Amino acid sequence: MNQPEVIHPAKLRKDAEAIASGFPELLAHARHLAATLSLGHHGRRRSGPGDEFWQYRTALAGDHIRDIDWRRSARSDAHFVRQMEWQNVQSVHIWVDRAASMTYRAEGSIESKADRARVLGLATAILLSSAGESVGLMADPEPPKHGRGQITKMAMHLAESTADADYGKPPAKEMGRGNLALFLSDFLGDWDELVEALSRAADQKIEGCLVQILDPSEEDFPFDGRTIFESMEGVLKFETRRAKAIRDDYLIRLAERKAALEALAKRTGWLYTCHHTSVPAQPALMWIHNSLAGAGR
Amino acid sequence: MNFLGSIGFLTPGLLLALLVLPVLWWLLRAVPPAPLKRRFPAVTLLLGLDDRETTPDRTPWWLLLLRILAIGAAIIGFAQPILNPTDRVVGKGPLLIAMDASWASAQSWSARQDKLVELLRLAEQDNRPVAVVHLTDRPKSDEPLAFASASAWVERVDGMEPNGWEPDYSAWRKQVSSQAEMGFETVWFSDGLSRNERGTFRKTLADIGAVSVVEADVAVLALRPIGIADGKIATTALRSQAGEERGIVVTAIGPDPAGITRVLSRSESLFEADHLTVEVVMDPPSELRNRVRTVSLDGIRSAGAVVVTDDSIQRRKVALISGTREQEGAVLVSPLHFLRKALVTTAEVIEADLTDSMLASPDVVVLADVGKLTEPETKALTDWIEEGGTLLRFAGPRLAASEIGQREEHPLLPVRLRAGGRSVGGTMSWGSPKKLAEFSQDSPFFGLSLPQDVEIRSQVVAQPDPTLSERVLANLQDGTPLVTGRELGAGRVVLFHVTANTDWSNLPLSGLFVQMLERLAISTRKSGAGADELEGIVWVPELVMDGFGRLSSSRVLAGVEGSRLASGTPGPDMPPGVYAAGERRIAVNAVGVDRELTPAIWQAGTNFLSLQRSEEKPLKPWFLLLAVVMLGVDILATLWIGGRLVRRLGMVSAVMAVMVFHSGEPAYAQDQSALLQAANNTVLAYVQTGDAKVDRISHAGLLGLSTELFRRTSVEPIEPVGVDLERDALVLFPFLYWPISVSAALPSEEAVARLNLYLRNGGLILFDTRDANLNVGIGGGTPNGRRLQKIAAQLDIPVLEPIPPDHVLTRSFYLLQDFPGRYANAAVWVEAAPPDAELVEGMPFRNLNDGVTPVVIGGNDWASAWAISDRGQFLFPVGRGSAGERQREVALRFGVNLIMHVLTGNYKSDQVHVPALLDRLGQ
Repeated sequence: MNQPEVIHPAKLRKDAEAIASGFPELLAHARHLAATLSLGHHGRRRSGPGDEFWQYRTALAGDHIRDIDWRRSARSDAHFVRQMEWQNVQSVHIWVDRAASMTYRAEGSIESKADRARVLGLATAILLSSAGESVGLMADPEPPKHGRGQITKMAMHLAESTADADYGKPPAKEMGRGNLALFLSDFLGDWDELVEALSRAADQKIEGCLVQILDPSEEDFPFDGRTIFESMEGVLKFETRRAKAIRDDYLIRLAERKAALEALAKRTGWLYTCHHTSVPAQPALMWIHNSLAGAGR
Repeated sequence: MNFLGSIGFLTPGLLLALLVLPVLWWLLRAVPPAPLKRRFPAVTLLLGLDDRETTPDRTPWWLLLLRILAIGAAIIGFAQPILNPTDRVVGKGPLLIAMDASWASAQSWSARQDKLVELLRLAEQDNRPVAVVHLTDRPKSDEPLAFASASAWVERVDGMEPNGWEPDYSAWRKQVSSQAEMGFETVWFSDGLSRNERGTFRKTLADIGAVSVVEADVAVLALRPIGIADGKIATTALRSQAGEERGIVVTAIGPDPAGITRVLSRSESLFEADHLTVEVVMDPPSELRNRVRTVSLDGIRSAGAVVVTDDSIQRRKVALISGTREQEGAVLVSPLHFLRKALVTTAEVIEADLTDSMLASPDVVVLADVGKLTEPETKALTDWIEEGGTLLRFAGPRLAASEIGQREEHPLLPVRLRAGGRSVGGTMSWGSPKKLAEFSQDSPFFGLSLPQDVEIRSQVVAQPDPTLSERVLANLQDGTPLVTGRELGAGRVVLFHVTANTDWSNLPLSGLFVQMLERLAISTRKSGAGADELEGIVWVPELVMDGFGRLSSSRVLAGVEGSRLASGTPGPDMPPGVYAAGERRIAVNAVGVDRELTPAIWQAGTNFLSLQRSEEKPLKPWFLLLAVVMLGVDILATLWIGGRLVRRLGMVSAVMAVMVFHSGEPAYAQDQSALLQAANNTVLAYVQTGDAKVDRISHAGLLGLSTELFRRTSVEPIEPVGVDLERDALVLFPFLYWPISVSAALPSEEAVARLNLYLRNGGLILFDTRDANLNVGIGGGTPNGRRLQKIAAQLDIPVLEPIPPDHVLTRSFYLLQDFPGRYANAAVWVEAAPPDAELVEGMPFRNLNDGVTPVVIGGNDWASAWAISDRGQFLFPVGRGSAGERQREVALRFGVNLIMHVLTGNYKSDQVHVPALLDRLGQ
């Protein structure tokens, strides 16, 4: 006897609440975090097209003659150029790695890497948005926008928990020339894919920062004994008879990976930092904010 | 002696299972410890690393060994091993078991009995004839040693008791040597004290057959007979083995005034290390001292540890009363002088007039030459004698002149007196002074030797009556009574027909006078009196002490000659105890006055048997325990090898703690991380009442308040916590919400102390009786209110007043004038303003509290008004409609104000200075 499936309204609402439950919390967390960096609305603190006076500098060969500020130059022997503060809107693309590897949380850690990445990403978005910049997620094919609606949309997107692959890679997205990017990931996946993604971004004249988020146990490798290490989805396996014995090798590998990331970032004009889930998020957010403000200079 | 002895197995077949162990070894070796699976994203970095660790995939040998040993221990355990180090007396033929059975054996008598039974059972198994003798018994010279079957002796063991005297080795030596041809083996239960003849007796026995010695290894304790020194009871405690310090308690026992036997005095002493003796002194009041019947060492069951007392410790109270007033300088002619000298060392002498003396309830009243007494005095004295007093009278001119007792018998005189009296040997009389006749056998003085120089010159003379002869205690050589006595009720009246001074005779100058007083039990014997005082009298045992020091009245034992008693050493014919003759009592104690205890010294090579009964000791539980412990170690070791130890150590130790202590205690509420959380953040806390519903509401209420604080203010509390007052540290919480619940237990004293500390150091407690709807205030009209009073009575709470309109709480964040919760309009109480707080001109508020009020007390059920669910919905309705919503809003505002007040103290109070500051700034 086939009974037609009845969707009970109460159940529907419960499911909907469960799906949405992470969203306000994430948004609140991110807002709370962003509020610790109360910066207010101000300029980019660099010269560029804009209305506000930024600085005088001595004219160099190649400066257009109409840029010379004669009033200032008349007061001395040299010629000065009047520069305006750069005030154009930046577009920032944020990639929050949501692969299975990011859901890792060792015993004793407070939150997973994914949690930290989402909060950092969203807090950055809030900060940027309140500073008038446009933000968008890499996973979102739409170009970056600014405003409260965009933040809400990003938060909803980030709140969805998806763990499709073991390791994530930055999605290919058409980004405008001169845009900024923020990559939040553990960068433990395939190296070549990462190089390729970063090169692609560099090819599009994109600058930005890499924030490598690691769990403390990934930094310390506090394991011992006969152990089979598996990736989060169980695709990769590695067995050791005594985990402690390979600790040094692992640490060397990790340092190599970090150094390689830093070198790669440097080569493409990006900035790199490593952040651990065991420390508060504020310093990382500060770093991200300062780096994005300084990027593309 | 082999320490371990032999180990036997009840089910030795199981031991075959030990053969499986090598197979197990091989099996266990083949199975390596299971690997641990671990999710680890950075595995990508690990790929390709070569595992340089060369440890084979095999269990390490020591772990294998541990497991094999554990299993082996289990197998052996189930085979039921038994430890049985029985002392074997190897040999055939008859066995003589000689027991010292003295008082010194009594201390360990039951152990000796057990050992004896064990030896008898062994002899029974070997079919050996056995004779058991007590060396303290008198050997029956005509009967040979009674060798009988051991089983016959076993039945008698229970009835065997030690004796209260010491063994007579010489007599027994003769006895056993007469049967030397039997060639028996001997087990000697020694009491452990050295004696002169022990060595020779041992030699005699050793000549006959092998000798084994059973000795207790504990020291023998004993007490010497007590003496009186400086009016105190003094004795010496002895021990046979010098060793460590040892405290002893000596108690004096006797009937109290109500006749109930009880401890009259206690004294604690300490054997110093390596000392064999210690002096024990007890100083009970003389009333109590006279009642002391035994002095014993506490906790020692032995005749040697019990001392019975006799007259020697008694000090009688003697009232001396003379008819003449003493003249100064005429000491030697005083009627009382010689009595005083004779008595003062051995008795307590009272010298007062008769009425006063009677108040001191004397044992003896001496009337020296007292004639007429008044009617009340006579009555009082007669009554006193009939209750057991002794009246001793001396004659003299006044008595002779008083003419009492001449016509009829006077109650206070033993005999009728003739008028006048007589005087012999003087210048005006015929004849020579009279001497004393030998004392007759009925006389209490019988046996005293008569000094030749005692002469009687004058005396009062008894009227010859039919009853006279039975009342005479001493005669002169011419048959005239010199001392007469008569029983009166329970007491007696004794009359010396001469004076107590030397006017009529020189008797008071002689030693006989003192001895006579002693025999009359007026003065008491000095301890260790000479044989002559005891001789000539048959002493009847009144109380007899057995080997354990128990006293029993004996009627069946024959009397003992005084000369035997004088020897003082108890024996089969004279067991220790109290011997009586007439009014006098002599104690015979198991331990002599000069006895020293020294341990017996045995010839080298003597075969000793342990007194401890070597019981069969099943070892099964120990082996199984060992196996379990080893398996436990195996668990830890396996975890350690697998790298799981550190992580799991906490858990494992917790599990072990639960296993070991079976503690039903709930886990400690505040663990380390919760404490850290609380220390790192602002946390509102509530007191857990134990009532789940109340606690839930408190939690939800503080959650709601925390949420509102987060939303409205810069205070950003994390989730509230409940605290257990008995357990949790309060210092981390600035604010405690305490809902009063009748079912909650009152805080313990420690908790109260910590609460007071908390209050003094700036904490705030919001007491909520949650019953403002009952509308009786917080004065104790409700069960919760009474509970609050009980709790608050213990706490250090200042004087309270309802919140005044200018209190800081009314403006620390919001401007408020009432403080509703779920209920409104009940007064809320805070620390009262100081009495000198005054409204200063130009300031809107008084400067009230220079600090935070330690308590806020009310009954508005704030937690219910604040309470929200996890989804942020209010849990309880407040009021009705929009008025209710307003009330809830005000309730939340009160909460915000309260927390602000807690966190900022009197900051807002300082705003009273704002007008002055603005004024100064010139605005």
